[in-house]
Amino acid sequence: MASLKQRATATYDWIERRLGLIKPMTAAAEHPTPASNASWWYVFGSAATVLLLLQIVTGVLLALVYSPSANEAWSSLGLLNERIPLGWYLRALHGWGSDFMVAIVLIHMVQVFLFGSYKFPRELTWIVGVGLLLLTLGMSFTGQVLRFDQDAYWGLGIGASIVSRIPFVGAPLVHLMLGGPIIAGTTLSRFFALHVFVIPGILILAAGVHIWMTLYHGVSEWPMPGRLVSKATYQREYHELTEKTGIPFVPDAAWKDAVFAAVILLAVMATAYFFGPIGPGGVPDPTIIQTAPRPDLPFLWLYAVLAFLPPHIETAFMLIVPVLVIIAMLLLPLFAGEGERHWKRRPVAVLMVCVIGITLALFTHLGTYTPWSPIMDAWTNAPVPQKYLENRSPLERQGALVLQYQQCRNCHSLDGMGGQRGPALDAVASRLTEDQIIRQVLQGGGNMPAYGNALSPAQTNALMRFLLTLHGDQPRAYDASRVLTQSGSDAPPHAEPHQPSEVKP
Amino acid sequence: MNQTPEQPPQNPVQAAAELPPPNPEAAHHSRRAFLFKLSLLLNGAVGAALAVPLVGYLLGPAWRNGGTVGAWVPLGTLDSFPVGETRFAQFRSPVGRADDGDTAKVACWVRRISQQQFQVFAINCAHLGCPVRWFAQSRLFLCPCHGGAYYEDGSRASGPPERSLFEYRYQISGNQLIVHAGDMPTLATQASCSEKRPLTQIQPAAAIAASTTSSTPRSGEWQV
Repeated sequence: MASLKQRATATYDWIERRLGLIKPMTAAAEHPTPASNASWWYVFGSAATVLLLLQIVTGVLLALVYSPSANEAWSSLGLLNERIPLGWYLRALHGWGSDFMVAIVLIHMVQVFLFGSYKFPRELTWIVGVGLLLLTLGMSFTGQVLRFDQDAYWGLGIGASIVSRIPFVGAPLVHLMLGGPIIAGTTLSRFFALHVFVIPGILILAAGVHIWMTLYHGVSEWPMPGRLVSKATYQREYHELTEKTGIPFVPDAAWKDAVFAAVILLAVMATAYFFGPIGPGGVPDPTIIQTAPRPDLPFLWLYAVLAFLPPHIETAFMLIVPVLVIIAMLLLPLFAGEGERHWKRRPVAVLMVCVIGITLALFTHLGTYTPWSPIMDAWTNAPVPQKYLENRSPLERQGALVLQYQQCRNCHSLDGMGGQRGPALDAVASRLTEDQIIRQVLQGGGNMPAYGNALSPAQTNALMRFLLTLHGDQPRAYDASRVLTQSGSDAPPHAEPHQPSEVKP
Repeated sequence: MNQTPEQPPQNPVQAAAELPPPNPEAAHHSRRAFLFKLSLLLNGAVGAALAVPLVGYLLGPAWRNGGTVGAWVPLGTLDSFPVGETRFAQFRSPVGRADDGDTAKVACWVRRISQQQFQVFAINCAHLGCPVRWFAQSRLFLCPCHGGAYYEDGSRASGPPERSLFEYRYQISGNQLIVHAGDMPTLATQASCSEKRPLTQIQPAAAIAASTTSSTPRSGEWQV
C-alpha cells in the first residue's frame, strides 16, 4: 500500500507528464532576479494584476443578476443593493475595486517612469503598459455607464457631445457610439458588450503579454546613479548582476508582492464594507432635470478641465491634446531608451511627474465641488445674511430682494453661501463703483450674462443701492472724476465719496 | 508504482529540435509550400468575405444618414403654453423603442413668443449636452455641469457653450403644437432632422449670436 505522499507524487507525475506546464511554470516562478529589486517599490504591478482578477470574479458574479436593458438595468442594481443577499457587497467590491485598480495602475506607471524601467530592453513592455492604462480607464468609463443612473445617462451625453466635435465624421461617430440616434437601450447594450466582452478580452490578453515580457527580460534592477543603460552592454550587465546577486523570485522577492496584494485586497474589502456600493443615483429619466451630473473619480479632473477651457480653443484642445499625450507616452521609451535610470539624475522626469500629479490632483479636487457650476437652488435656499440687512434703507432692502429673486445668488455667494461661479459679493462695492455695478448688471461681460432685459430700471436701481452697501471693512470704490466735479477741484482724492442715498440711523 | 520507461520531452520546442532534420527536398519551396501559400490566399479571401458583412453590421448605426430619422410628435395643446412664458414639456422620442424605458423620454423648453410664434429648445446644453434649467425671473437658462448660460431666446449668454441652444422645428396643427424630433442634439447631430441645411460643425459664437438675434423664428422655420 503506497503512502499518501507517494500517491500524491504519482498523481502529480501523471498530470505533469500529460500537461507539461507545471515544471516550466515553476521554473519561471523561481527565476533568479537581482536582489536589489526585492523591494516594496516593485509590488504595484502584481497588485494591479490581483485587482484585475478581483474585478473579473466580482464582475462575473454581478453579471448573474444585472440586466443590461435600458428598462431594467437601474432596477436590477436596486435589486442587487436591496434584495439579493450580499449583492450590495459585491457591487461595492467591484465599484471600489475599479477605483483602486486605476490608482494602482497609475502608481505602477509612475514608479516605472521614475525608476527608468521603461528603458532598453523593456520599451515594448512600457508601450503595452500604456495600452493597459487606457484599457483600465475604458473599463472604468464603461462600468460607470452600466450603472445606468442619471450620471451615466448625462455622462453618455457628454461623451456624445465630445465625439460630435470631431470634424466631418462627428455625426456617424455619435450614432456609432450611441448605437442609434438617442441614448437608449442600444447604447446600454453596446457599452455592456464593451465592458464585459471586448475590453476585458483585450485587457487580459495585453496583461498576459505584459507579464510575459516582464518574465522574459527579468524585472529591472534597482537603478543606481551613474549606471547608464546602453543597448550594447545592458543585457550582459543584467545577466551578470543576476548571476552574482540573484535570488529566486519565488519566494525571496515574491513575498512582498503577496503581502501587498493582501493589504490592497483588505483595503478594497474595508472600503466596500464601510462605504458601501457606489450608487446607483437617480433613475435615468432625461425629463428629470433637477440633476447635476458628475463623472466618477477617475474622470473628475477631465470634467473640471472642460469647465475652464476657453470656448474658442475647446474643441481643438479636446480632440488634439489627448492624442498628443497618448502618442507622447507611447513614444517615450523609443526616444529615451538609453542613459540614466536613477531619478536623481533625471530632474525633468521628476518635475514632469510632480507637475502632472499636482495638476491632476488639483483638477480632481475642483471636480469634487465644481465651483464653476451655478447652485441651482441658492436663490431660494441661501437667504441674504441678516448682518447685510441691518441698518439698510427700505430701498436697499428691496435691492436685496431683487438679488435673491433674480437668482444672482446661484452664481454669487454672500457670507460663503451661494454659487461660486462669479465673485463673492460681500465686498463688491469696494471693487466696483456705482457706475461699474450698473454696467456689469445690465450688460454683463466677464462670463456674466447681461440682465438688461430681465430687470426694470427700478429693480436695477434698488439692486445697485443694496450692492453699494456691501464693501466690507474697506472704503467704497468711487469714481475720482465724479468726486472732483461734485465737491470742487480742491477735494483730496481720498475723500469719502458721494453717498448716493445711504440712510444712517 | 510502475515507472513508464520513456521520459516525456521537456517542452515542444526541444522536442522539435530533437527530431531528425526534414527532407531537404521538402524544405525547398515545392508543391507543399505552394499549396500552403494557396491555402493562405484562400483563407484571406474567405476572411474578407466574412469580414465585410460583420463590419457592415458593426457600422450600421453610423451609416444611417443623420437627418433622415425622426418624426413629428405632439407636445401639447397651445393653451398649455401661455404667451410670453417658457414652459417645460416632454414627449416620447419617435425613434425610441418600447424597451428603452424612461430613456426614450425627451424633455424640452417651449417658449411662446406670440400667438403663432414659438421656440422649442432642446434640453441639452450646446456645450456638452447636460440638461439646462429655465429661470423665469432672471430669464436665463443655466446648465448645471459647467455653468453655461443662455438668454430667453436661446442665445448664448456666458460660459463655455460656443453657440445658442439647439432648437426643434415646430408646427401648429389645429390646437396642437407639434415638433420634429429625432437625433439627440449635439453639435454634429441636430435636434431635428434637416432638409435644408447640412449638419453644422462648430461656428464662431459671434456669428451664431448675430444670426439668432437678427431674425425671429417663424412658424415652420427653425434655426441652427
